Amino acid sequence: MPGKLKVKIVAGRHLPVMDRASDLTDAFVEVKFGNTTFKTDVYLKSLNPQWNSEWFKFEVDDEDLQDEPLQITVLDHDTYSANDAIGKVYIDIDPLLYSEAATVISGWFPIYDTIHGIRGEINVVVKVDLFNDLNRFRQSSCGVKFFCTTSIPKCYRAVIIHGFVEELVVNEDPEYQWIDRIRTPRASNEARQRLISLMSGELQRKIGLKVLEMRGNAVVGYLQCFDLEGESGLVVRAIGTACTLDKLSSPAAFLPACNSPSKEMKESPLVHPPSHGCRSTHNSPIHTATGSRLTQNFSVSVPTLIYTGMGSGSAGKEGGPFKALLRQQTQSALEQRGGSPHRFCRRREFPFFTLTAFPPGFLVHVGGVVSARSVKLLDRIHNPDEPETRDAWWAEIRQEIKSHAKALGCHAVVGYSESTSICEEVCILSASGTAAVLNPRFLQDGTVEGCLEQRLEENLPTRCGFCHIPYDELNMPFPAHLTYCYNCRKQKVPDVLFTTIDLPTDATVIGKGCLIQARLCRLKKKAQAEANATAISNLLPFMEYEVHTQLMNKLKLKGMNALFGLRIQITVGENMLMGLASATGVYLAALPTPGGIQIAGKTPNDGSYEQHISHMQKKINDTIAKNKELYEINPPEISEEIIGSPIPEPRQRSRLLRSQSESSDEVTELDLSHGKKDAFVLEIDDTDAMEDVHSLLTDVPPPSGFYSCNTEIMPGINNWTSEIQMFTSVRVIRLSSLNLTNQALNKNFNDLCENLLKSLYFKLRSMIPCCLCHVNFTVSLPEDELIQVTVTAVAITFDKNQALQTTKTPVEKSLQRASTDNEELLQFPLELCSDSLPSHPFPPAKEHLESASSNSGIPAAQRATSVDYSSFADRCSSWIELIKLKAQTIRRGSIKTTVTVEKASPVGDGNFRNRSAPPCANSTVGVVKMTPLSFIPGAKITKYLGIINMFFIRETTSLREEGGVSGFLHAFIAEVFAMVRAHVAALGGNAVVSYIMKQCVFMENPNKNQAQCLINVSGDAVVFVRESDLEVVSSQQPTTNCQSSCTEGEVTT
Amino acid sequence: MTSELDIFVGNTTLIDEDVYRLWLDGYSVTDAVALRVRSGILEQTGATAAVLQSDTMDHYRTFHMLERLLHLLHQLIFQIPPSRLTVYPFWMGLTQPSESPARPRQTPFPLFYGGYYAFDEAFVREVLGKKLSKGTKKDLDDISTKTGITLKSCRRQFDNFKRVFKVVEEMRGSLVDNIQQHFLLSDRLARDYAAIVFFANNRFETGKKKLQYLSFGDFAFCAELMIQNWTLGAVGEAPTDPDSQMDDMDMDLDKEFLQDLKELKVLVADKDLLDLHKSLVCTALRGKLGVFSEMEANFKNLSRGLVNVAAKLTHNKDVRDLFVDLVEKFVEPCRSDHWPLSDVRFFLNQYSASVHSLDGFRHQALWDRYMGTLRGCLLRLYHD
Repeated sequence: MPGKLKVKIVAGRHLPVMDRASDLTDAFVEVKFGNTTFKTDVYLKSLNPQWNSEWFKFEVDDEDLQDEPLQITVLDHDTYSANDAIGKVYIDIDPLLYSEAATVISGWFPIYDTIHGIRGEINVVVKVDLFNDLNRFRQSSCGVKFFCTTSIPKCYRAVIIHGFVEELVVNEDPEYQWIDRIRTPRASNEARQRLISLMSGELQRKIGLKVLEMRGNAVVGYLQCFDLEGESGLVVRAIGTACTLDKLSSPAAFLPACNSPSKEMKESPLVHPPSHGCRSTHNSPIHTATGSRLTQNFSVSVPTLIYTGMGSGSAGKEGGPFKALLRQQTQSALEQRGGSPHRFCRRREFPFFTLTAFPPGFLVHVGGVVSARSVKLLDRIHNPDEPETRDAWWAEIRQEIKSHAKALGCHAVVGYSESTSICEEVCILSASGTAAVLNPRFLQDGTVEGCLEQRLEENLPTRCGFCHIPYDELNMPFPAHLTYCYNCRKQKVPDVLFTTIDLPTDATVIGKGCLIQARLCRLKKKAQAEANATAISNLLPFMEYEVHTQLMNKLKLKGMNALFGLRIQITVGENMLMGLASATGVYLAALPTPGGIQIAGKTPNDGSYEQHISHMQKKINDTIAKNKELYEINPPEISEEIIGSPIPEPRQRSRLLRSQSESSDEVTELDLSHGKKDAFVLEIDDTDAMEDVHSLLTDVPPPSGFYSCNTEIMPGINNWTSEIQMFTSVRVIRLSSLNLTNQALNKNFNDLCENLLKSLYFKLRSMIPCCLCHVNFTVSLPEDELIQVTVTAVAITFDKNQALQTTKTPVEKSLQRASTDNEELLQFPLELCSDSLPSHPFPPAKEHLESASSNSGIPAAQRATSVDYSSFADRCSSWIELIKLKAQTIRRGSIKTTVTVEKASPVGDGNFRNRSAPPCANSTVGVVKMTPLSFIPGAKITKYLGIINMFFIRETTSLREEGGVSGFLHAFIAEVFAMVRAHVAALGGNAVVSYIMKQCVFMENPNKNQAQCLINVSGDAVVFVRESDLEVVSSQQPTTNCQSSCTEGEVTT
Repeated sequence: MTSELDIFVGNTTLIDEDVYRLWLDGYSVTDAVALRVRSGILEQTGATAAVLQSDTMDHYRTFHMLERLLHLLHQLIFQIPPSRLTVYPFWMGLTQPSESPARPRQTPFPLFYGGYYAFDEAFVREVLGKKLSKGTKKDLDDISTKTGITLKSCRRQFDNFKRVFKVVEEMRGSLVDNIQQHFLLSDRLARDYAAIVFFANNRFETGKKKLQYLSFGDFAFCAELMIQNWTLGAVGEAPTDPDSQMDDMDMDLDKEFLQDLKELKVLVADKDLLDLHKSLVCTALRGKLGVFSEMEANFKNLSRGLVNVAAKLTHNKDVRDLFVDLVEKFVEPCRSDHWPLSDVRFFLNQYSASVHSLDGFRHQALWDRYMGTLRGCLLRLYHD
């Protein structure tokens, strides 16, 4: 009985006229929670009723508090006939369930009706009295905080990052129940809205339980998705990263005494049960699968690419695709509890992290992008309580991702995400992430002690460390051209790096970045069931390959060498597949200068052809030169000898260490085959290839003053001004069925995206100079000949003059960004550094290797594990080097800290606290900002109020009257924004960060004058304070800062 | 490849001032695109015609939506950062007009809203003083052809007048304040609307040929003076008591006052009084007026004219003809004698002031209330 929910209905305003005769409304309100309903009095004849109700009290379990939404229905009283519903408000009371967030929800909520849209507003006050529950076996997880933000939230400090949590719940979709035939569209929509609200509440609670089990207190990077599987049901699934977060109370918290770890921390690793990432709710291991169901349960595993630096290869060659393809069976049986060489892997089933930005020192090395896809046939979910099939599907995919990561010598996957694309009964499940080596100390019992040696250690992987290859250079899982790091010259780096994460704040970037997209369509025959699935899975690897090639070409064309925030979306339709990859290209100073693109013709005899080729070559060279200028890429000249002559020593040594590996010959061979080429060769042997080259050149750069990227911030720009404009743009085009060839399709799709971008640039031209950040494209194929592209992004203005200055000083730049985050928040206390490397137990690795090969006869898997082993050995061998390296970075680090003092001071947490009252309390009335980013430029987030996760359905039977499809959707999206803003405001917030429109499913039937749309949005409600409001700086903050940095400096010298 | 759907929705609504003006002026999307192309925007921005088309459509749709909301409720609150042309949708639910009516006036002038309620001088001049009913709407076509303003734009302006009229018609208190609070208009615009509403309510004739030389500004000026002095609301509005809850409106003229005005007739009916008045004025103005002889010759006619206008105001018909009468009885005679404006001012000042020295005349306060306003109006009306 641990909760009392109290609701008060205050007033309404702007209600619609429900009684034509009087032009007025007799409104009353029903307040429903669970199965209890209260009613207010009828307020007669008013469009602005003042109910001023008593407090309606619901006594409920906290389990229900988490699952159920509060449902408020506004009705028009009618004496003679049934009362007419005006509309509803669903309020998620979850934010009230943890102490630090909102204490009361109070404000004006738009009254929403799925047929009419917003119809006035209602003023509601909601409070929760929560009693402490000491029951160990409780089913609720009140108190676990959820964040959509994919980095450690700004006013928190991560004590431990536990790892991956996932959960899914399934149900029948009300839209497809038999009852839907007899009920009104409104009733059906409302049933659906309510069900999804309920399911996401349940999902969140279950995830919360897992987090509590792991001894965490928060989920960061929480991503919840709906799969509308039609007849087969409704799946709500979520993934996230469990963390233990500490609220940053004062800057002083960063100077703790070096005491022994507290009791709890000692306990935690031992107490953790071995199966943290595992489902805890399903106990029954018995499959109810029958023979017929098995056939229905058809699934195709798709060979997957590992995206990394496979840059220097000739893409036109026939054998090309398969060199890079890593054929990997789904159940590679690599999973070995207890046998794994890393403590880390032993403890977690899936070492995945949904985070895309990390505390400094967390990320040690980045291997490359790993992704896995699988094609499934949907079948009806018979028992909602046992969503095992869906669970198994995802488990498979995750397993595959994990093994890919291992193949890259990485023990973890960061920037991890999952998605689906459904068309009829075919479903493509996709997962992708970035294989990485993490600093293990963050993942375990993170001690609060900020010992100075640890700080020292922290500097180790900065700047270029993450670029260094985690795998063994002579035993690479794919062909790559390695060089010595251009920054430290000690470690090897690939020539190109692809990742799904944000650019690490400490990375040195030359020039600015830009949005790079690869777009691809493939026609597919219409087919049924298995045949369809097979056709799709046959197409997928080729699509992946082509997308990759396009990305690589475009990257080279931009003169850049790394991609961040890579997101590849494959969408399945009735008769086609669409691939859209977006990423932000940058020039990493640590990686080698990319070679140009060379065009080679197949038929050298033909003179005119030759001329044509050289003409194209010239155009490409010009474009590269132009792009370099545009993005200000002028890497410092490096003397040839340093690059040219790699020190032979480490190579020899690693060869020795690596001797156990069987596949060495093969890899060396591969390495040689494109060792010294520095230009990327495109061979034009047919029209397709020609087309590719042409399409390369058709991408128009954004107009001057505009930049775009799909990461949080634009590398190379940091002096953001405070003006932001978040927007959503949707376009649907109809293809004429006549020209359905692959080329025409590609062109149409390409034009669609390019025109959309052009329109955005035009629309936002008043904001110049500005940057479109977090540009997120979503493609869907609602019907045979329709392509829908949805873009959500935020335009942020910046100060041009300052930008020019800071690009010249990358150190300052990275710091400035850090200062907006309040740098201190991210400073992690570490364990003793002596712990770090020896903590990888090497001896067990051998066992691991053996058991791996015995369990699976697949050579690929074998190789993967062996790579794993030797890469660690290699790293160990270079231990002395590392120490040397440290000494170097420390010197740099001390410069860094001095700058920090100046930069970070105005934003200090302490300053804010020193003020008597937060300025936001009185001054900020009005605008609620929305942004897909995790921060607000020029402002400081002072409080997280809880997650916003809303699902709306809108339907119309008078499409023409509402301005056609555009008018309908425009109004709906505007309404969704309004409702999000109202909820945030009611929580006491003034912004939504990490806002994302996860779904926008639009269906129309113009003949019937009907349309329906489903939208799912989420984000974090926050309170922010303008930095200008904080400008009244007391001198206290700089001094504390200075002290800490001074002590740091003393140790380092 | 055809575009089925194409929308752009921002968290704050971007409003392109140029497109907005085109929309307000009632141009179709096609015409608007053509006009924008002509303005050279494509060259300036490097955009394509398709982009411009999409942008224009999008803006039109936004305006259309905002217009619907506008009609739905008057208590819209738009928050517009002063630097940019953005509009915040009304259902923000954060600012509450009912709780703090003073707020809107402090926020920067809402551009979208103000723009929507802005009107063309040429148009308002056509409908000023006419009954704002549906019947007149049919005349909009004629006005459109006559003024060259698109029918769409005429309709919007007319509907705005009607909407404001309907809302403030039944309200108590200051007309300008009511308009400002309910429509969140700028002070200037609210005053103009007050004049329009006042004229429509009293149906003052403004369309006669001899009134054509008068601008809307002239009428608005007179309306303001009349609202301040001649309405029921004006009586209680002593400066010491601004909060007085008057049960009456600013829109109707004070009937009692009009009735009383009959008493002024004695000024011209009583021959002695008239002669005395004339001699007082002439003594005071001798040598100061360039047109003294003309004034002397015309004094009785002018005085009779002004007093008779006052005495007739009990009849609705004569109220409507107020401006016609004033021009006929005063402005035109003076103009034909080429009185300079300064002489008119001297004369009117002396003419009103001298009445105080007439011992037999008891209605000094009434005279001042009448003549004070009338003097202001006449001075404004006196031009070419």
